[in-house]
Amino acid sequence: MTDRRTSRRDALKWLGGAAGSALAAPALAQGAAGTVIVIGGGFGGAGCARALKKLNPALSVTLIEANAVFTACPFSNGVIAGLRDLKEQQFGYEGIARDGVKMIFQAAAGVDPQARNVTLADGTRLAYDRLVLSPGIDLRWDALPGYTEAASERMPHAWKAGAQTLLLRRQLESMEDGGLVVMSAPANPFRCPPGPYERASLIAYYLKTKKPKSKLIVLDAKDAFSKQRLFQNAWKELYPAHLEWVSLSAGGKVTAADAAGLTLTTDFGSHKGAVVNVIPPQKAGAIAALAGAADRTGWCPVEPVAFTSTLQPGIHVIGDAAVMGAMPKSAFSANAQAKVCAAAIVRLLAGTAPAEPRLINTCYSVVAPDYGITVAGVYKPNNGVLVDVEGAGGVSPLEAPASTRAQEAAYAEGWFKTIGAETFG
Amino acid sequence: MIRAALSALLLTGAGAALAQSAEAPPGAAACSGCHAISKSVETPAPRLLGREPADVVAAMLAFKSGARPATIMDRIAKGFNEDEIRAIAAWYGAQKD
Ligand SMILES: Cc1cc2nc3c(=O)[nH]c(=O)nc-3n(C[C@H](O)[C@H](O)[C@H](O)COP(=O)(O)OP(=O)(O)OC[C@H]3O[C@@H](n4cnc5c(N)ncnc54)[C@H](O)[C@@H]3O)c2cc1C
Ligand code: HEC
Repeated sequence: MTDRRTSRRDALKWLGGAAGSALAAPALAQGAAGTVIVIGGGFGGAGCARALKKLNPALSVTLIEANAVFTACPFSNGVIAGLRDLKEQQFGYEGIARDGVKMIFQAAAGVDPQARNVTLADGTRLAYDRLVLSPGIDLRWDALPGYTEAASERMPHAWKAGAQTLLLRRQLESMEDGGLVVMSAPANPFRCPPGPYERASLIAYYLKTKKPKSKLIVLDAKDAFSKQRLFQNAWKELYPAHLEWVSLSAGGKVTAADAAGLTLTTDFGSHKGAVVNVIPPQKAGAIAALAGAADRTGWCPVEPVAFTSTLQPGIHVIGDAAVMGAMPKSAFSANAQAKVCAAAIVRLLAGTAPAEPRLINTCYSVVAPDYGITVAGVYKPNNGVLVDVEGAGGVSPLEAPASTRAQEAAYAEGWFKTIGAETFG
Repeated sequence: MIRAALSALLLTGAGAALAQSAEAPPGAAACSGCHAISKSVETPAPRLLGREPADVVAAMLAFKSGARPATIMDRIAKGFNEDEIRAIAAWYGAQKD
């Protein structure tokens, strides 16, 4: 079946006319059938595929994922600092398959939004009624002169977890005490706004405890960043000798990378490191552009109720790849969007209008093993974008006893286990 | 209006049966990012499934007003009004383990 004839406007009209009885609609209660394909089995896509099947077992749901094992980025900064094992970051898809989702372990190579089909790397073509894209990010190898994919083998980004995470960890481990670590952070928007600063904190923790004569310099293309005062207070308290942050106005913007010389150039000079971690500019995963769902910025504009692409019909985009207004690019956000998107798709396939959603994000960051901080937000659609619900959200208190920081660190670990189970079963 | 209809529906006996399988009210799906649905997750954040709705409502209102200290729930509870909180609590209360 296809819902192609039911436009959003029709569906909204229908809801208005039926005086809010959408929930009791027989089609929704029984579950109208349909075929949904999800591309990308990360926090957004895997969560969405599971939620779709749970909300309506009658749906045919296929999840296309390039890798048989998913390696999660949240908490991977702990792996880099030697505090965790990479295995603790990894999830299989058995639970999702058990829920009745058809798994295809291949890359999706193309999407035809008019014909509504997906072409796999092996040439197979699969038809859908609705498509969900959650491909995460790709690194922009054209954005920073000298920083090519080959260069990342010497100067790891570690912004997609896995081999790169371990490479950066090994480089830190084999560095002599006294060696300089250089990191670069990109301009907005990028995956996980507090991520570079959590990483800086945990690398500083590693240096302080294992290589006390060493130091980390963070070169930033921004003057302001997520949870800035909380991070900077913690750095002053914990790592005064081991972490130096160079803002955009102080000359932090990296303009070129030289992998052979392990050197980053800024407008103000150059920094040669014993270890260099470049977090480069990013864009939506390549399949988004191939599907015509990404705009000139490289990201995917969507409407804020069902996250349907504003560029292509029948396609929803969630997670890092999408432009989600005030919501940051995080695993928590991707998972929350996944569940909203799944519920909206079930309704659209049943010919009813999606409900106005309310979303939550919380980003935990650990600046030391027993020191956690958070930023949270609650979001709703307003004038075509997701905005902060006023009065809600915000960051951890600037002044707080060590016991509060320790509690937040413990809740952070609990969150990672919960989101892992929520996404992968 | 839709939201009020929804919570009214969920609070009736017939509503409870529907809530078991129905789509969660706005916001509820995001709570399970921290409050595990699965019993097997070891986390200090308490589970919400099957909880007495009145207790969840009372806790949320106390977080919202600041009467109950919290690391994070004060900031989250402030994003919901009382009707929305009641709908979420009713839905979680109706979920079977
Ligand atoms: C160092 C670091 C720390 C972080 N810490 C946190 C944190 O503490 N909390 C938090 O909430 N978030 C954190 N994040 C952010 C989080 O990792 C991302 O926001 C999240 O993974 C986004 O989910 P997604 O579904 O959009 O993409 P992903 O989770 O990256 O999933 C995308 C999936 O799509 C697959 N894919 C892509 N293209 C194709 C294709 N063509 N065919 C088939 N499969 C494809 C990929 O293989 C991948 O599995 C962190 C990120 C980093 C880098
Ligand atoms: C970011 C993680 C997070 C999210 C999201 C979250 N909670 Fe909580 N919740 C907590 C934590 C942590 C506590 C313990 C109190 C504290 O420190 O804030 C808690 C406590 C509670 C309690 C008290 C439980 C008890 O038995 O003491 C209730 C009720 C509750 N949350 C409801 C909700 C609801 C409803 C939502 C969704 C609207 C939600 N929570 C979303 C983390 C979260």
